[in-house]
Amino acid sequence: MVAVIGINGVGKSTFLRTISGVQEALSGKIEIKEENRENISSEKLARMISLVLTEQPLSKNLSVPELVALGRQPYTNWIGSLTAEDRKKVREALALVKIEDLQTKKCYELSDGQMQKVLISRALAQDTPLMILDEPTSHLDMYHKAQVLKLLKDLSLSTQKAVIFATHEINLALQLCDKIILMKPKEVVQDTPQQLIQKGHFESIFPQDLIVFDRTTKSFRIKT
Amino acid sequence: MQTTRTYTTVFILLLVATVAVWFLNISLGSVNIPFREVLGVLFSSEAGNDSWNYIIMEYRIPKAFTSVLAGSGLAVSGMLMQTMFRNPLAGPYVLGLSSGASLGVALVLMGATMFGGVAASILFSEWGLVIASSLGSLLVLLAVMLASVRLKDTMAILIIGLMFASLTSAVVSVLAYFSPAAQLQQYVFWSYGSVGDLSWNELGILSFFWFLGIALALFSIKNLNSLLLGEQYARSLGMNISRNRALLIISTSLLAGSITAFAGPIAFVGLAVPHLIRQVIPVNDHRILLPAVILGGAILMLLCDIVAQLPGSEHTLPINAITSLVGAPVVIWLLVRKRKFLF
Repeated sequence: MVAVIGINGVGKSTFLRTISGVQEALSGKIEIKEENRENISSEKLARMISLVLTEQPLSKNLSVPELVALGRQPYTNWIGSLTAEDRKKVREALALVKIEDLQTKKCYELSDGQMQKVLISRALAQDTPLMILDEPTSHLDMYHKAQVLKLLKDLSLSTQKAVIFATHEINLALQLCDKIILMKPKEVVQDTPQQLIQKGHFESIFPQDLIVFDRTTKSFRIKT
Repeated sequence: MQTTRTYTTVFILLLVATVAVWFLNISLGSVNIPFREVLGVLFSSEAGNDSWNYIIMEYRIPKAFTSVLAGSGLAVSGMLMQTMFRNPLAGPYVLGLSSGASLGVALVLMGATMFGGVAASILFSEWGLVIASSLGSLLVLLAVMLASVRLKDTMAILIIGLMFASLTSAVVSVLAYFSPAAQLQQYVFWSYGSVGDLSWNELGILSFFWFLGIALALFSIKNLNSLLLGEQYARSLGMNISRNRALLIISTSLLAGSITAFAGPIAFVGLAVPHLIRQVIPVNDHRILLPAVILGGAILMLLCDIVAQLPGSEHTLPINAITSLVGAPVVIWLLVRKRKFLF
């Protein structure tokens, strides 16, 4: 599990949207499994990368299983009929996120935390080796932030998927992630949380006038 | 994961209703023909009464089929646009498609006399009106789509659609001002809308475009479902956004354009039917929505046509007025009752 961390506007979302193919690269090229992304067809890419975006789904009138089943689209026929295999994957995706009890609900009945889990479940149903999430914990309270990130961690271990997500939850990311990509205006560093702390990278991600990083507690606090 | 099976009863009911309303439609009209005689004309070769036979075979049946095609086609184009524009208010009329078609027809009917000559003789052919009206609606739809690429705000897109509608109606008024009375009258009658003026030949042309438009919609079903999640998710599910958008535009303008050409600008069916259907079957899957909307559109249009005929009297009301009179209150009532659009 890899977190992408950086100050607002540094380009976290742009980075994730570019590697996932939602957006064209501003410059340079992207390789996925040693293949140039531009040479990968959108159908093939849809079986490699699944997304959870900050943008909410358009139609909140979808039922939870309907929405999760849309994750099977890259595998269905021209009209989108679900096979027994697809239904099984949808059930598994609901079970992995532990939201079987939401099966009868419509999306507009859900809380923000529940909705986020449904979207994660949809991405799981897409059955891709890589899952990319853009700020999956915004709008959630402290408890549900921890719950969602812990869920992602467990999923990355149980399903052996690579999970990359942008977040502002530095404290939680430091505790849960295997690696962190730290984006600063002039450099991007990637390492384990331990290494990043030791090398003093966290001190320089934000302007120094208001908050400081405390290495002993591994957290930021307000300057006194 | 509700399957089509769950909705079988609803479909049977819709189908029965469509057939029933279709029979009702052909048995009612200005001339009072007993229902038994109507069935006789339909199912036995021996004609009891020549004029009744003529009325039914050459007038009422083409009219009923036109209603079915127009209602279902407009309803489908409304559904496509609501999903494509991510806006519950979208429809061929609201977004200026019908105005574009009106402009096309106005140019042919009133403009051709100004240009005269060979152009007029080509344009006045049966295909001329269809092509002009389809081109008109295609142009407006393309302009609205261009605007929608630049503007992310769907309200702005609707306003632009309305602006196109006023622009085209302004051009139409200028044309009308300089037109001779005969052409002007022809245009005004066209703009009232009518499903009763089609010969079997013209009906054939209309159904050709209808099948084409519906077929394109059918092939877009899967992508329409992805679009329920929004464009970015749809792309991440492997959908080719620009190709799909082109397909949807062509389908919508074929349907709305050809129907408007033959039956005039018919308001409200495109906007109202998808919502009515969503209220009856709370479903978003376009595999179920598409056939339901086709049947729903046909039923509403047949009903409106029955009302417009004012059975038993010799007057016929403009169909365009009836669809608005029936459609608008129904949508308002549903909104007030449910307090929100299920979209």
